[in-house]
Amino acid sequence: MDLRSQEAILRLAESHGRDDIVVIIGAPDPESAEIAAETVRLGDPTYAGPLAGAQLGLEVFHVLHEEVQADVPPEVWDSQIGVMADILDVDGINAAIEEIRSRPLDG
Amino acid sequence: MTMPEPVLLGATQVLAHVPGLAIHGSKPRRELPRHPEVEGAFLAALRSFDDAVAYPPHQVFLGALHPRQLPPRPWVGAPAPDGTSRFGPAGEIMPDHEFLGLLAAVDHFGLVTLDPAVAEQAAVALAAHPLAKHLDLDRIDAATGDAAAVATRPGSLPLHLGTDHGGVAAAVVSAHEADEALSAVVLLDNLAAKATAALALLHVLRSTGVDPTSVDYVIGCGEEAIGDRYQRGGGNMAKAVAEVAGLTEASGMDVKNFCAAPIPALVMASSLVASGVFGRVAVVAGGSLAKVGMKFQGHLRHGLPILEDVLGGAAALIGPDDGVSPRVRLDSVGRHKVSAGGAGPQIMEALAVEPLRRLGIPMADVNDYATELHNPEITEPQGSGDVAARNYKLIAALAARAGSIVADKEAQAGFVAEHGMPGFAPTQGHLASAQCYLPHARARLTSGGGDRVMLLAKGSLFLGRMSQLSDGMSVLLERNGNDDNDDNPKGR
Repeated sequence: MDLRSQEAILRLAESHGRDDIVVIIGAPDPESAEIAAETVRLGDPTYAGPLAGAQLGLEVFHVLHEEVQADVPPEVWDSQIGVMADILDVDGINAAIEEIRSRPLDG
Repeated sequence: MTMPEPVLLGATQVLAHVPGLAIHGSKPRRELPRHPEVEGAFLAALRSFDDAVAYPPHQVFLGALHPRQLPPRPWVGAPAPDGTSRFGPAGEIMPDHEFLGLLAAVDHFGLVTLDPAVAEQAAVALAAHPLAKHLDLDRIDAATGDAAAVATRPGSLPLHLGTDHGGVAAAVVSAHEADEALSAVVLLDNLAAKATAALALLHVLRSTGVDPTSVDYVIGCGEEAIGDRYQRGGGNMAKAVAEVAGLTEASGMDVKNFCAAPIPALVMASSLVASGVFGRVAVVAGGSLAKVGMKFQGHLRHGLPILEDVLGGAAALIGPDDGVSPRVRLDSVGRHKVSAGGAGPQIMEALAVEPLRRLGIPMADVNDYATELHNPEITEPQGSGDVAARNYKLIAALAARAGSIVADKEAQAGFVAEHGMPGFAPTQGHLASAQCYLPHARARLTSGGGDRVMLLAKGSLFLGRMSQLSDGMSVLLERNGNDDNDDNPKGR
């Protein structure tokens, strides 16, 4: 995850509190989705950005997750997102994020 | 009055293998000084010229194989394709000592100094080059001097050959002590772009047999913006390239649009021909030294060579209908409007689907879609995925939504296999963005079995921080003399 996004997430988490934030990831494959999810939950695994060593433990979903889809008006989903659901490895992406979500947070 | 129908008279592209310049790419230049321990691994992972020639995606770039003829991956370490040579049907790959000589040959401001031994080697090699008579080799003599001493001047840059970073092969000086736009590194970027573009232009003149003095105009669409601090993107690389290629009757200008620029440039060139403003117009693009070694960290992490060790260059020549060359269908131009929306599918809808719907051409009637054809072996190790494959899946999904193909996974995979192709281009985005397919498109639409090729380019405007938008343009090339096109009014 790029450094500016990490900075923005850290700033939002500090100003709004961790419990009131959900991170929606738009990564196109399981590998990059996993890194993004890990970054906002457990800390930046590449130790390059502001979230290195910062365990925010934020709630995280991929934009193609069915719970996200349920909150998006169908016509918006269809014009903005739907085609990507046809071509990306949705199950693989969600499984990769679920694996990160299942990892226990320290303390 | 009948308007001339514009056709693609020729298209060529070149590579310059520049392992010695790789440390001057933007990413290595920033990262290697911060991590001196990585520099040894970086230098050790640079390829030999023979390996760069034999690399299958390079042979595709030079037109020796069609992208769909690429062997299964990995391509690193794969046997050289049959008939592998430095010179291919579409152009050539030049070794670095010759390229340093070429830099000096196109340098009109005494920016480059060549070490005497390097100058001698380059002069001998370039004198035997098929394009030697078009190169100003006297400038190599004039550029010969104490490169090591010049390199120690404040603001100067030492250049090396291959992986030999002990000796100084050449030096580039800055042109102004306080102007960042005229610093040695920027001037090296620009000279490298000028040299590769000029080499490609000379190749297209040679392959078409077109008299250089018959070209009226040159449009530059490379990524470098040349200028000074008062106008950093001031421009006109095109005219600089025209000058060194002997296009004495031409003028020129540059078109900027990030990676998408070559397609608007091609459309503008074709429009100038169609309108009768000019007879023959060349489109040129040099390589981007800034992007050399851009993803080196991923390559080192995966035990790969530094795969971004080449500069690209491309040239295309547009002229009035010759009865043979592929036609550029100006009525097919697709553009990404401000109102179109910035999501990937919306961009692709505007570029790939809308123009065909407008013309009543089924999506499956386009033989090849040339989109962003970045070599996935370069992009995947650094987490950027397979750009070409993603584009083709998206085009297939949109084709299914448009009712052009059956809406199931199998039909979409079949569409991708038949109308798509693996990426093969260096990650210098303007070359990868459809332009790299031009020599193949010309072959497919003349001696090959294709009737239609769509060229489709996208550019990331948001990188410049002036707009969150992307941009893109598409255009169809069609086989000449195809009866199906007789209902296509000329000059629209």
